[in-house]
Amino acid sequence: MANFTPVSAAIGGALIGLAAAMLMLFAGRIAGISGILGGALAIGATDRGWRLAFLAGLILAPVTAMLAGIRVPMPQMPANWLIVIGAGLLVGFGTRLGGGCTSGHGVCGIARLSPRSIAATCIFVGVAMLTVAIMRHGIGG
Amino acid sequence: MPALASLACGFVFGWGLLISGMMQPAKVLGFLDVLGPWDPTLLVVMAAALVVSAAGFAILQRRGRPYLAPQSYWSSNTVIDPPLIAGAALFGIGWGLVGLCPGPALVNLATLSAPVIVFVAAMAAGMLMHDLWWTRQVARWSPHSTAADG
Repeated sequence: MANFTPVSAAIGGALIGLAAAMLMLFAGRIAGISGILGGALAIGATDRGWRLAFLAGLILAPVTAMLAGIRVPMPQMPANWLIVIGAGLLVGFGTRLGGGCTSGHGVCGIARLSPRSIAATCIFVGVAMLTVAIMRHGIGG
Repeated sequence: MPALASLACGFVFGWGLLISGMMQPAKVLGFLDVLGPWDPTLLVVMAAALVVSAAGFAILQRRGRPYLAPQSYWSSNTVIDPPLIAGAALFGIGWGLVGLCPGPALVNLATLSAPVIVFVAAMAAGMLMHDLWWTRQVARWSPHSTAADG
């Protein structure tokens, strides 16, 4: 538990919850990132406005942090491009097929006790833990 | 106005991911790696997010309708069906491989990291591939389903 950062986690988590509550309270929309992005990309979409605005706000956050002189760490990514591309495809296809990701199912869905979201979150967290166990500690590791 | 509210919500959401440390794949993988030196940070992030969003949703329920929209767009689907299970499993594999889910992936675009840009492009391609595949499935099965429903 050397890397455990509960205070910043609670503050950041509360902000994520606040954003999800506000989006529903004002725009009536679920703050599910895969749904918002997928809907913005969908061919023939008619409600791109609020979606693109949300996505712009999302990316503006680290940009304003950088402008304010706050260090935004470079993400550690796998060196293998095939893993990067494969994982991206799986995340994109899987979240659309499963109807949500960590934010839509994991936060908004569980917050209203949706059985679908509770099931989806248990499955993707469990499968991700299994994937990490195999990649880091598995055969040949 | 709804677009402006949406922009503000995205902005707050992005700051939440940044402050919580969830932008960093290493932190997320630290939570997912239950056999390693386990880092429960993600659990605290989710718990805090759940408490605040549940409170907000409760306010909306009492109010009845959103301030700037005619209705709230909740999912009406309540069935735990094969697409939900398969989709969540595929997403779980991708999430475990890199430690990025859609929100942090998009927020990390600001770092201009080349692998993140490639990841987001692949993620967008995966979403479009799903839409094309799904349209075909519906086209293949709809004659049967409409016959059954009609």
